[in-house]
Amino acid sequence: MAVSGPTAGVKRLDGARQTVALTVDGEVIAAFRGETVLTALLTARGWIRTFEFGAEYRGGFCLIGACQDCWVRLKDGTPMRACTTLVADAMDIVTDEQH
Amino acid sequence: MNSTRIVVIGAGPAGTRAALTLARAGLRPTLIDEAPSNGGQIYRRRPQALGDRGNPYGFETRKAARLHRDFDAARDAIDFRGDATVWDVKPGIVHAIEQNRAITMGWDRLIIATGAMDRTIPFPGWTLPGVITLGGAQTLLKAQRSIAGSRVVLFGSGPLLYLVAYQYARAAAGVAAVLDTSPRARLSDAATAAIAGGTAFLKGLYYVSALAARGIRIWTGVTGFAVDGDGTVKRATWTDAQGVARSLPCDAVAAGFNLVSQTQIADLCELQFAFNALQRQWLPVVDDAGRSANPAIYLAGDGAAIGGADVAELTGERAALALLADLQQGASQRRIERINRKLRRSARFRKALDGRLFPFPEALARALDDDVMICRCEGITAGEIRNSVETLGADELNRAKAFSRVGMGRCQGRVCAAAATELIADAARCPIERVGRLRGQAPVKPVPLALIAGDAER
Repeated sequence: MAVSGPTAGVKRLDGARQTVALTVDGEVIAAFRGETVLTALLTARGWIRTFEFGAEYRGGFCLIGACQDCWVRLKDGTPMRACTTLVADAMDIVTDEQH
Repeated sequence: MNSTRIVVIGAGPAGTRAALTLARAGLRPTLIDEAPSNGGQIYRRRPQALGDRGNPYGFETRKAARLHRDFDAARDAIDFRGDATVWDVKPGIVHAIEQNRAITMGWDRLIIATGAMDRTIPFPGWTLPGVITLGGAQTLLKAQRSIAGSRVVLFGSGPLLYLVAYQYARAAAGVAAVLDTSPRARLSDAATAAIAGGTAFLKGLYYVSALAARGIRIWTGVTGFAVDGDGTVKRATWTDAQGVARSLPCDAVAAGFNLVSQTQIADLCELQFAFNALQRQWLPVVDDAGRSANPAIYLAGDGAAIGGADVAELTGERAALALLADLQQGASQRRIERINRKLRRSARFRKALDGRLFPFPEALARALDDDVMICRCEGITAGEIRNSVETLGADELNRAKAFSRVGMGRCQGRVCAAAATELIADAARCPIERVGRLRGQAPVKPVPLALIAGDAER
């Protein structure tokens, strides 16, 4: 599974907040409560998903729910727009398009 | 109490102020928004768990606080539905997904206040992770207490370019450079804007001088912009106003060219549209109180025409007052006249901004190389769009879409339509208004089919 993507640019300005643990492509990452799935993924690994029509990574674009570039899925198949969904405990996210 | 069912779509400054005005008149409007709370993009509320450090609203703090305070005080008088995405509007019925549940709402009157997003011009490397819109960079900072990167290049044109640069610089985020495609403002244009704009123009000057004081370089007349990187942003390159090639290392890029109105829902309502040459976009036709060609539908805010947050709040109130007057509910004529005076003044400033200070750099879009991806949903290049015109004879946007799939992806052309339109007009050698506009189709935002199948009556 593609977990060794590009490195992160997005950074948090504050530390020490209540954390949430979620699983992304089988790896556990920590995020702050109140963050979106997009913020959590970009902070942890710098990309959201792979492009379905080519060999490139995508990291979202508008961040306000308009461009639809950041759709991922929960392991049970439920689609989720990363920039408008807040992180929650025990989220199990799959970003690979082949499933 | 009046039993007219009123639905306001969008809870930014326009929709919120419209709903508040209706509530004050004793009506109980439904106010619906994709975000969990009101505020829209400009006054978006940060989730409480992330604290309130960093003064997210800057100079607009008092306005944001007033809108939020008024909204919170009127919560019982407004049927607010957050986390709710409208995906279709039919005569008398709004379809939405509210917190993963399909709902429908009946309406007798509709106020559409769907706002705007950054207008995009693609460039080589723009789909790399780390390249986001100016509005997106601002949202990260305001609502998420995060920054796009440690060395951010801000590229584009319009007031947001300088506002976001200033906000990033103040948040101690590294701003590598500000690259403006607009030529250096002529003194006469700046003077026109200053006279018409008053405090709004002074704020702009303040941002520019604050950037200069921090040693952040502002380049004007920028062309030929590109981002290099292998899977992530490594370097920005461009041509300066003297034609000299420049480059800088960076780890993020935020780009945008003013804003584009979100008119998909207005289009579903089959409203009349007209081409606005100054804003270079198709807009729903409204009278000066926000009434559309459909007597039951009103528009307000940036979704009707780009005017900014203050204008949005004023047009929201004015549309609500027009609706009240149309229901014979009585509306203060003095208040209407006061709003109209303020709006006339704003319109003069907007004309100076759009027409003189930050003209849309259409040449930038038209000069893109064939291999640059324009539609990021479907992966359609500038060359494929040109080919649909030159070989297949498409000289209108929806035909080019049918031939090339540009704008056919899940964003429905929100991101690529502006640039695709320029490319088609250029290849077909026709005026841009002849290229037309992409038609909105339900669902206007992606919704899980399993949810729509369970579409329930409220």
